[in-house]
Amino acid sequence: MAASNVDPKRLDLAAEFRARPFGRHSLELQAILDTMRRAENCQNLILVSIAPGRWVLGERQPDFQPPRLFEEEVFTSLEAGEWAAFGRRWRALTGEELKLP
Amino acid sequence: MKGPGVVGYLDALYAYPGDEVTVRVSVLDAGGRYRAELVRLLCGETPGLKEEVVPSGISGEHAGELQPVPIGSYAVVEMLPPLGAVELSLLVWPTLPGRGVQALITVGGLRLLIDAAGAAALASGGETISTARPLRSRAWHRIEARYDPATGDAWVRSAPPPGIHDDVAAEASGRFTKPAKPAAPLLFAARRDENGAVVEHFSGKIEAPSLRSGTVAAEWDFARGIGTTAIEDRSPLKLNGRTVNAPKRAVTGSKWDGSVHDWRRDPSHYAAIHFHADDLYDACWKPSLRFRLPAELRSGFYAVRLQASGPPFYVGLIVSPKPGAARAKLAVLASTVTYLAYANYRRRMLPGPFELSMGHLPTADMTDVLLAEHPEYGSSTYDTHRDGFGVGHASTRRPLFNMRPTGRYWNFAMDLCLVDWLEAQGIAYDVISDHEMQARGVDLLAPYRAVMSVSHPEYYSLEMLQAIEAYLGRGGRFMYMGGNGFYWRVSFDPAHPDMIELRRAEDGTRAWAEQPGQYYHSTGEYGGLWRRIGRPPNALMGIGFIAQGFDAGSYYRRTAASRDPRAAFIFSGIEDEIIGDFGSSGGGAAGLEIDCYDAALGSPPHALTVASSENHSQAFLLVNEEILSNTRGVDGTLNSRVKADMVFFETQAGGAVFSTGSIAYVASLAHDDYRNNVSRLTRNVVERFLDPAPFTLPKRQGR
Repeated sequence: MAASNVDPKRLDLAAEFRARPFGRHSLELQAILDTMRRAENCQNLILVSIAPGRWVLGERQPDFQPPRLFEEEVFTSLEAGEWAAFGRRWRALTGEELKLP
Repeated sequence: MKGPGVVGYLDALYAYPGDEVTVRVSVLDAGGRYRAELVRLLCGETPGLKEEVVPSGISGEHAGELQPVPIGSYAVVEMLPPLGAVELSLLVWPTLPGRGVQALITVGGLRLLIDAAGAAALASGGETISTARPLRSRAWHRIEARYDPATGDAWVRSAPPPGIHDDVAAEASGRFTKPAKPAAPLLFAARRDENGAVVEHFSGKIEAPSLRSGTVAAEWDFARGIGTTAIEDRSPLKLNGRTVNAPKRAVTGSKWDGSVHDWRRDPSHYAAIHFHADDLYDACWKPSLRFRLPAELRSGFYAVRLQASGPPFYVGLIVSPKPGAARAKLAVLASTVTYLAYANYRRRMLPGPFELSMGHLPTADMTDVLLAEHPEYGSSTYDTHRDGFGVGHASTRRPLFNMRPTGRYWNFAMDLCLVDWLEAQGIAYDVISDHEMQARGVDLLAPYRAVMSVSHPEYYSLEMLQAIEAYLGRGGRFMYMGGNGFYWRVSFDPAHPDMIELRRAEDGTRAWAEQPGQYYHSTGEYGGLWRRIGRPPNALMGIGFIAQGFDAGSYYRRTAASRDPRAAFIFSGIEDEIIGDFGSSGGGAAGLEIDCYDAALGSPPHALTVASSENHSQAFLLVNEEILSNTRGVDGTLNSRVKADMVFFETQAGGAVFSTGSIAYVASLAHDDYRNNVSRLTRNVVERFLDPAPFTLPKRQGR
């Protein structure tokens, strides 16, 4: 397993992701995303649409079980859901809360 | 927050006006009631659901029931002569030993099985005699048993093959206090319980089972009957049987040593059947509703919409004109074979680094979650069985969770963008389907001046390819409106007419890899990518699969070739250099899975690449069939081959081909109320392709 290269001081990269979660990223942000998406402790997230335009995060389960849904927070866009997942992973990999202005 | 409270399926994926349609429904809600409607689908949930209720005989509320699904394959011999003391023998290659009791041979109340600990055992009633030595997964074992119902004496033995592993033979004997009587039916790989339910399915391969009892000396040879449901007994009694739920045949057996790869050359190397506890050919639900489609029903995308609690469950249906009926000049070819290959896709809901290839979180909706809650509805050809082997069969005789206007913006749901656009443009069209083309060949296409594919016609049989080749050979015009088309070979096995078979052989962008020695379908056809079989999509459509990425779309830029007078009709009224920098799939017309021109793969030399996409993201990666060994620089920011090529060429018989090379293309048609350059360009091509004036090949030296 590669070492985490998520530097909690690089809030500029988090801001870059929040501004543009899909599409081309800077090489430094792409490296963070690759780490997050590969990391075993925060890999298995999924976005589940519970109604048109309403999404919740979930966690994919082993042994062909359905995903466990985190119903307490509802997002109104895929981008918002991606940002929430980014924050969870930031915390998991750095131990620090992600707080942006 | 829950999924649909009712699910169902139809007996066919396409029908004609006036046909009787049978709907098979299972109500998951406790109340057992649901509503049904026939609806015409005009646009998907993305960008905005458009559906019209069509008055029909099923409109209204109905009483229903929960219908079980008898998932799991096995083989059965229904009739046996009277039996006394028996000797059983077979070769076994277990794939999930230790995962519950798994029956190998059941003869009435006598069961030769793998017990919960993974050891060979013999059971009668509630008594079991076990060798107590777990079998090794994915290794051949000889298992034998003897049993005398007169005394209850029983003996069972497992023996590993010679080899370097530390396996040893193990045996056990004893006496059953309540001896069962060996009798029909005989089942391989499962047991039928006292209620008639088939249980204790085995996952793995079985080869050369035999039964001896007095003058009975049955020896079943699974090398015979590949491509059928038959299992044959070589003995004079011919105690033949049949398989149920399409276990995999044409699989390597104990004799296979790598010297044979085509099972037809030496079937003795392929004398095994691979059974799975999660194989499913036929859910066998009782008919719930029958109704007749209105005789004047327009051709199109339809669904039977079932509604109980939760969101509706759509059962998709293509309605095409009856043979001989009046037709539009344009046909939309719905990729029902590809819909079927993707049906009941579970993989994105299972753990794994899915995002590394997608560039975003996997997404699902509550209908997908319902699928995850019900493994008995079977899986897609993108999934693996529980023993890790790829799912190579997909059947229509079960609920299909993806032929709907809602959910993932892909296949059926995305193809409705094309319908929406045609309606908005007022262009007359029919909708036909892969399955009908498989049945009727070029006769289906011949009446049309132009045929349009949908966004992702990925899976093709030889017969389907031949139909399109013949159509183009007669001067037909084809618009390939998508990406990653004409890619994998599938086959239709006459013994299972409602199923496709797929073997992901050699290489390709694939969810699993076919096992060595098993690259030939049970039909005898060589499986894999059409480009590896000698029919690359480039030769047919001018382009072939080059890259995929699922985070964002991009745009096309016109090329110098777009100024060629041959292409003038395509860009009539379009001054823009940039085409499709908008759309409801990732914001660009070039996205998801994209194709490019490649003369080395047969793209016609006279084809014009009139536009190419650019500026793709890091998520877009060259497909691995383009890469001989791993290398850096294969993503959309670094590799100039990561692009969708929009291609046009004329054919010898006065026809033509236009290809967009992008799945996302159709999702840009409706942008700005259909006033955009993708819409205009597409309309230009449709109008010219519907014009009877023949296309002529460009003049070149020597012509």
